[in-house]
Amino acid sequence: MDNLNLPSYLEQEPDVKARFEKIRQRPVVLEVQHLGKIFPGADGDIVALHDILFNIHRREFICVIGASGCGKSTLIRILAGLDYPTSGQVLLDNQEVKGPSPDRGMVFQGYTLFPWLTIKKNIMFGLKMTNHGYNYAEEQALQWIDLVGLSNFANAYPHELSGGMKQRVAIARALANRPRILLMDEPFGALDAQTRSQMQAYLLQIWRNVNITILFITHDLDEAVYLADRIVVLGAHPGHIQEIIEVSVPRPRNPDQFLTPQFLATKKRLEELIHPPEKNRHEDLPMIRLTQLGDEVI
Amino acid sequence: MNARKHWFAIREDLSGQRSWLLGLCSFLLPLGIWSLVSYTPWIWHPMVHISDPGGVAYFQKDMLVEREIFNKENAFMREEGKSEARGKPANPIYLPAPHQVVQAFITAFQTAPIRRNDPWLHQSILHSITVIFYGFTLSAIFGVPLGIICGTFAFFTRIIEPFVDFIRYMPAPAFGALMVAFLGIADAPKVAIIFIGTFFQMVLVVSNTTRLLDKSLLEAAQTLGATSKKLIFHVIVPGILPNLYRDMRILLGWAWTYLIVAELIGASSGISWFINQQAKYRNYDNVFAAIVMIGIIGLTTDQILRFIGHYLFPWERRN
Repeated sequence: MDNLNLPSYLEQEPDVKARFEKIRQRPVVLEVQHLGKIFPGADGDIVALHDILFNIHRREFICVIGASGCGKSTLIRILAGLDYPTSGQVLLDNQEVKGPSPDRGMVFQGYTLFPWLTIKKNIMFGLKMTNHGYNYAEEQALQWIDLVGLSNFANAYPHELSGGMKQRVAIARALANRPRILLMDEPFGALDAQTRSQMQAYLLQIWRNVNITILFITHDLDEAVYLADRIVVLGAHPGHIQEIIEVSVPRPRNPDQFLTPQFLATKKRLEELIHPPEKNRHEDLPMIRLTQLGDEVI
Repeated sequence: MNARKHWFAIREDLSGQRSWLLGLCSFLLPLGIWSLVSYTPWIWHPMVHISDPGGVAYFQKDMLVEREIFNKENAFMREEGKSEARGKPANPIYLPAPHQVVQAFITAFQTAPIRRNDPWLHQSILHSITVIFYGFTLSAIFGVPLGIICGTFAFFTRIIEPFVDFIRYMPAPAFGALMVAFLGIADAPKVAIIFIGTFFQMVLVVSNTTRLLDKSLLEAAQTLGATSKKLIFHVIVPGILPNLYRDMRILLGWAWTYLIVAELIGASSGISWFINQQAKYRNYDNVFAAIVMIGIIGLTTDQILRFIGHYLFPWERRN
């Protein structure tokens, strides 16, 4: 990529610039204020997150990206209320987050569908937990099943579905509760490449049709650039924000854009942040040759 | 499926046909060995069944004598010039042949008890099943909820499990005399022994099963708005149900083990009483019939429960 003559990732075409202007004017849904998390360890405390600070505006699509061990999962668990910060706070609509709640829907990498419930009942689960009547819940569930294209599977059990289908159910299940924000923790990480790109397209389509704000965690650079309005890049040890990038790739997005200059420029910047050249440690590993001399590949 | 997959592939399923065949063999093989020992005169058969006592004074027709003594006596008779005893090789009385057990199996149900007030075999069996039912139901009513609570809250794990663990190591039959003192000699102490034998195991097993439930399901439910109480009844209980059911099937098998001891406590009763009674009369074919009966009842109940489970938990039907 270095040989290409790419524009700066900061350059934005006028309509992209206008779009970000509009997003900034929308009300803030989620405020992450100086979040810190320290895990007490045997060899001293481990700082998982340090001074994480960013806002998410209504209907924005935010990706959080970072190398493994940078605290992405800790961050999203705190946002979901499944874990507690040691300092700072999270505000949802100016209310402090204290524990899990249906106003922050979550999609996990491991699907986490309830195996004893049919697809329809899985989607109804949240509505029943929030004390909606059976009929309303069922009616809503059927609508969501339609929206994620699984009408033929309403009465199937999760184990009868493929990974991509399961994750669509999980998304519908989280959205059925009409959350203020949808938190997604590497939701497509376990899927094969083809299903994954299908799911990305699905998600963008759902996001367009449903009034929802999304925070999406991934370690896949293409995925982040393809999906996000803004990308929060985390660095490790301790987990901190390196940069928040406004993705200059225009919307609506489609897979053809993977090779456009803006896309590549943004991706190159992410590469630099996540895999800085001086830290390519694997090149320092001693190499032991186990091949015959004549069989060399380079 | 590869039809040429061999019979001993590590952790591979066998075809339905092969599974059936092997299941059949698991019964036919022991039966075959038993038949071989019973019906082949030159295998084992350490005794001689006398058909004609000949000149031996103390031999009688239909008597079982050890082969050594039989040979010695006959050698002696030959020396004396008297007529030799005759007989066929036989197994000791404690190993009846399969057909005898099958016969006993049928006649045991048809034969009136020797003393008038004694129960028939089917009454004994019914009595045993009643004792098991009460003991196990009682233990499940308390053991399952307690186990789930222990597996759900670390607080209850810490405060309950150590003591339960302590009692678990005391063999249930050891409480026999105490239970008779507390509860009299009728069925109550027997039910109590089965309760003691299964309850403490059950708490630990159920607690462990509960802990095995994938925690991310609980987290997902929480992000969907489930409160603590709803988590227990809408996630934990349905989530562990299939495994809980399996645990109960295994523990029910244990209940039968304790039954045999329990029935000998106080006034002995039920199928163990029948077995002991028949052993006293040296009716070993009846003893075998009764033991096989227990096996059949156990296996049948378990298969029925498995079949019911198949319908109760359709999401567990994989493959």
